[in-house]
Amino acid sequence: METLIVLLTIFVLAIFVGFEIITKIPPTLHTPLMSGSNAISGITLIGAVVTSGGDVTWLPKTLAVMAVIFATINVVGGFMVTHRMLSMFKRKG
Amino acid sequence: MLAVVSVQNLINLAYLVAAVLFIYGLKGLTHPRTAVRGNLLGALAMLIAVVVTLWDQHVIGWSWICGGIVVGSAIGAYLAVKVEMTGMPELVALYNGFGGIASVLVAGAWLLSGNGDHVIHDPTGALGAFDLVGKPEHSAALMQGTIAAAASGLIGGVTLLGSLVAYGKLAGIKWVPEGAFLPQQKVINAVLVLIALALCYFTVTDILNPTQAPAEASAATAAIFTTHSGLYYTGICIIAFVLGVTLVTPIGGADMPVVIALLNSYSGLAAAATGFVINNNVLIIAGSLVGASGLILTSIMCKAMNRSLWNVMFATMGPSSSSATADEVYAGKIKSTSGEEIAMLLETARRVVIIPGYGMAVSQAQHAVRDLANLLESKFGANVDYAIHPVAGRMPGHMNVLLAEANIPYDKLREMDNINPEMDQVDVAIVIGANDVVNPVARTDPKSPIAGMPIIDADKARTVIVIKRSLSPGYAGIPNPLFAADNALMFFADGKKAFQEIIEALKEA
Repeated sequence: METLIVLLTIFVLAIFVGFEIITKIPPTLHTPLMSGSNAISGITLIGAVVTSGGDVTWLPKTLAVMAVIFATINVVGGFMVTHRMLSMFKRKG
Repeated sequence: MLAVVSVQNLINLAYLVAAVLFIYGLKGLTHPRTAVRGNLLGALAMLIAVVVTLWDQHVIGWSWICGGIVVGSAIGAYLAVKVEMTGMPELVALYNGFGGIASVLVAGAWLLSGNGDHVIHDPTGALGAFDLVGKPEHSAALMQGTIAAAASGLIGGVTLLGSLVAYGKLAGIKWVPEGAFLPQQKVINAVLVLIALALCYFTVTDILNPTQAPAEASAATAAIFTTHSGLYYTGICIIAFVLGVTLVTPIGGADMPVVIALLNSYSGLAAAATGFVINNNVLIIAGSLVGASGLILTSIMCKAMNRSLWNVMFATMGPSSSSATADEVYAGKIKSTSGEEIAMLLETARRVVIIPGYGMAVSQAQHAVRDLANLLESKFGANVDYAIHPVAGRMPGHMNVLLAEANIPYDKLREMDNINPEMDQVDVAIVIGANDVVNPVARTDPKSPIAGMPIIDADKARTVIVIKRSLSPGYAGIPNPLFAADNALMFFADGKKAFQEIIEALKEA
């Protein structure tokens, strides 16, 4: 139960931090924000790696390896496409 | 002292560094100047988190994990390099879906791997080491993991199929149905949610009081059938998939930015739920940052349409009985014009504002728009700005990315609230492929479906040029009195061709 409370605390505080920062992001960067935050949600990759470790049978292992693939697409593709987009934003002159 | 600095502590410290870098990276996105660095910091944070997880001695099966990472990186890099900027909404929708399915799979793997016992024994990246089996805390930890796994499956499943439907709509795939395709869809959705919640309950009770497997079951199947939780979980996922389809299918067109932002939020919340499954704080922090980001974007999009989220998700939008018909609004008042005539107007214009909408993306007119703006500024000394409505296009910031791709500096892209006070000093406003976001009915008719929606005051400019293929209504399905206004001229043409024609005429002048 204690772990749950600690984790919930982290969850709620992180949401507040998120609100504080993201309300300051200008509309012109909203698309890169979406693709970039999408790459961040690829953090599930950590979960996939942890569950595919351990001494598990073939079925959970297969699921976890598939999760590794999808999450990596998210991470690598997300950060790369965000970088591509952001490099296009230029000031006058 | 040495015992305190265990591998586990080092890993958790590295996760903390990663979490801080994620926050710092997002902070970088608050200005275009620092945004590139912010994104790279986010990528660095991810790299740190992945490397320390792999470095942990307890994680085995390197070959499979590394193989998965190589395959995923190759596909991700291919998609990121190949995509056209006009295809960005589709790509973002697809990525949301991938985030969703990853969470579904991780939670499933956890449930099937002996109820995650190995994770509880060996909580890689947990807050601290547990060896709980046999202690009262064990069932609490199991319950937390199972509830979170069910939540991951539910949110992740809705995100996956919802994103695929959104992708289908954005990519214009024909067989994706338009509008509500089932009778009593709201009731069906409610029933599905109730069944899913019941299955979540069964999963939890089953994990805590496992039913015995048949003795003759093989070792591999025993893991699945020791409890029925695997089956219940499959049920949760299937219902989540159906819900993803039934929730997103009725929504379309101009409401797409809301859906994309909401699914973005879900993909983050699914990741956070997965963090609760495996007791991992970096998943929770990163996931909730993304969840918050998506929610903020959702609310910005809803406000920009003066509609509630509930209204966007469940109400059908259409002309109300009080709305004037197209014939009443347009009859005899439409003035059609040509490229030459527009060129003549622009020659003398000092201030020009271009108001883009989804139509600009469809006709890929952004480069032609830039050429015209450059010509007006260099040859005729005009000042050209762009007025961007928050919901123009099919996702938040859609127009900004397209115009940035055409090398238009970002300080020329003006927000609606910022440019509206100056619209009465504008000589020529050019509306390309936008409709509802410049419809003055939003200000005047309280009964119209877009009543109260903030609009760009294009009608206040001295002359308004509307480039559009026909008089067809926008997403709201109502006629636009702006097209019939005294100061408005219609140029019926494809956006890109229209701009090229104007440029030709200006060059000859």
